[in-house]
Amino acid sequence: MRHGKYPFVIGFLFAPVTLYVVFVIAPYAQAFQISMTNWRGLSAPQWVGFDNYRRLLDDGRFWQAVQHHGVLLLALPLITIAIALFFAFLLNVGGRSVGGQRQGVRGSKFYRVVFFFPQVLAVAIIAVLFQMVYRPNESGLINGVLMKIGLDPVLFLVRPNLALWSIIAVLVWQAVGFYVVLFSAGMASIPGEIYEAAEMDGASKVMLFFRVTLPLLWDTLQVAWVYLGIAAFDAFAIVAVLSVDSGGPDGATTVLAVEIYRNAFVYSKYGYASAMGVALFFLTLTFAALTLRLTKRESVEY
Amino acid sequence: MSNTPETPTPMSRRSLLGRTAAAGLLATPVVGLLGACATSGSDEGTTKAEEGTKSATNPLGAAEDAPLEVVIFNGGYGEKYATDVHEPLYKKAFPKAEIKHQSTQAVSTVLQPRFASGNPPEFVNNSGEKLIDFGSLVADGQLMDLTELWDAPSVDDPNKKVRDTVVPGTVEAGSFNGKPYVLYYVSTVFGIWYSGKLFKDNGWAPAKTWSEFTALLDGIKSKGITPYGYAGANAAYYQWNVILTHAAKIGGTDVLKNIDNLEDGAWQQDAVKQAAQAWEEIGAKYVDKSFEGLKHTDVQLRQNQYKLALYPSGDWLEGEQKKDTPAGFDYQLMPVPSLTGSDKLPATAVRATAGEGYFVSAKSKNPRGGLEYMRQMLSVAGAKGFTEVVKAPTVVTAGSQGFAFPPGVASSQAALAAAGKDVFNLYFDGWYKELDTEARTATNELMFGRIKADAFVERIQKRADAIKKDSSVAKFTR
Repeated sequence: MRHGKYPFVIGFLFAPVTLYVVFVIAPYAQAFQISMTNWRGLSAPQWVGFDNYRRLLDDGRFWQAVQHHGVLLLALPLITIAIALFFAFLLNVGGRSVGGQRQGVRGSKFYRVVFFFPQVLAVAIIAVLFQMVYRPNESGLINGVLMKIGLDPVLFLVRPNLALWSIIAVLVWQAVGFYVVLFSAGMASIPGEIYEAAEMDGASKVMLFFRVTLPLLWDTLQVAWVYLGIAAFDAFAIVAVLSVDSGGPDGATTVLAVEIYRNAFVYSKYGYASAMGVALFFLTLTFAALTLRLTKRESVEY
Repeated sequence: MSNTPETPTPMSRRSLLGRTAAAGLLATPVVGLLGACATSGSDEGTTKAEEGTKSATNPLGAAEDAPLEVVIFNGGYGEKYATDVHEPLYKKAFPKAEIKHQSTQAVSTVLQPRFASGNPPEFVNNSGEKLIDFGSLVADGQLMDLTELWDAPSVDDPNKKVRDTVVPGTVEAGSFNGKPYVLYYVSTVFGIWYSGKLFKDNGWAPAKTWSEFTALLDGIKSKGITPYGYAGANAAYYQWNVILTHAAKIGGTDVLKNIDNLEDGAWQQDAVKQAAQAWEEIGAKYVDKSFEGLKHTDVQLRQNQYKLALYPSGDWLEGEQKKDTPAGFDYQLMPVPSLTGSDKLPATAVRATAGEGYFVSAKSKNPRGGLEYMRQMLSVAGAKGFTEVVKAPTVVTAGSQGFAFPPGVASSQAALAAAGKDVFNLYFDGWYKELDTEARTATNELMFGRIKADAFVERIQKRADAIKKDSSVAKFTR
């Protein structure tokens, strides 16, 4: 190695690593420390060991939130990826074949822009928007129409067994656009000859999708799954703004971030909230590790 | 370890770190040092407080030239009353003092770091959605004891103590374990509100007894108007307030005292159960199910549109709805009707309290200036000025006299006068936020028909028991 290489590397790394340590690593570490105290936010905290974690075990709301993350973890990626794949397929290779080159459906350029719209809106705005959509009386977007044609209004966010699915619908609506673009990019890099060859052999569109597109898109799908899984561990903004009684009715839509927020900033129980944060940290980490391990598969070279 | 307001036990940073290291966790020096950033104790930040000489015009001994920092919550009452009325009064009394005014809508966001670093502002209007939990402030010894203020001679009459110029119950409302720490300044009466016009047009009269009440609700329902409702999405406490007010009327004010003091089985007292049962029926028969998904602004607007007849709230309602209220709406207050003839309190009894909290930071540089600022607020000029700017009555008895209130506040003031000595209040929601949250959730479950009264009292009792057992929560009694 050439003389003076290390000072050069260190000189370059110093600033970003310091920033990262101070603003990312240190707060994480501190959350671990605070979770072992009964800090109430004002005076010096007192060490309580694992008391907060023991309390977590008996906290019904905490487990309710964890359970909702379980539902989100299955539903959000599955539904989002399914819809996004379907749209991406239609936009890229679902149409006629022109000069041997597969095309998207008519107007696909326009749809691509439209699908991306929700991604451009701030999350809080989406939540407020859906307050209008879900509003349980005649001034709601959906219920207004239902009541005009003489039906009873659907209490989307109020019925305990409907509320979480109403929230999931919003999350999916918001996420789909991004993944359509992501999958489109992935599909664009699949060589046209493969489709051509498959078509010559008489493959139908459905077969094309399952036998050609899907396997060649595996890496992208894997990334999408991890992203969506992590999003499923968040969902804070939508739940906090959109749900009834923040996470209600009776905790039917609550998620960990909402409980953390409530314990920290409403009850001033920062120690306990940090313990929940640490739990969430490990849940997310476990999920990411598991997903990467389970979906590991030889990628197809082309 | 328990933290009670009497024995604030600030643990020094050093001993905490010592224990951290001893526990062998996160013992790296870097983490320890960084750990001190956000959670640094207030044990080292205290500077010596400024003091002046006491005199007849300065009974609290505020330093004449010391600066005073005033933080006002810029919410429903705005900040104009401070900049235009109270601050000039202080400035007039102490021309050499400099006032640093600041207003915010998120009190805790702005002030939490200031408390943590031991440099809090002198005078704070702690209110709004993001207020700092009073209980933890008291438990941490952050608040100045106001006993001296209440015992000081008032601005207008040196022979009268400040405590004798305010509505009875004001000092108690801001007391924690018997010691006054918070000044609640705005007089607030709770009840059920209706439109005087709507009632007059339909020949309806406010109900005093339960049978009158249900008959009234039936009458309203037959006209196609929603008889009763509150906003489940974010204002369920408006309804638990009604249920508990009702319980106090049925079983006497001790019912609420037991609840506040976290007595065993306090929520399962017969009076609470009976009240819950009565309102469970109202919820099933007369409340629109969609209200659970609406915010208070939506529901209040529906009342202004004459689509909803009765709405429970405090007397800030009229001011809050000013721009949406149609001409001639005529807000009127009806006390919660009595359940049976054997109720302990008469139908006229109301829950009334002082609202909008102000405190002086014990660890600020000029706490005596903060006390003096409060004394100026409690002068007749200060109270009159406040009422003129925000159209709400203060706790200063002489401050509201001769002021022509709008119809709603006038009716709530009349109800307060009619109640005489049968005025009560409750405190658990300010002391134990978790219990408030549980009561809100349970109230929605009850009123929108998912649980019965028995389950309602049982689940809140369970939470109250858990809080009682939780040593990290500071306890209060009255």
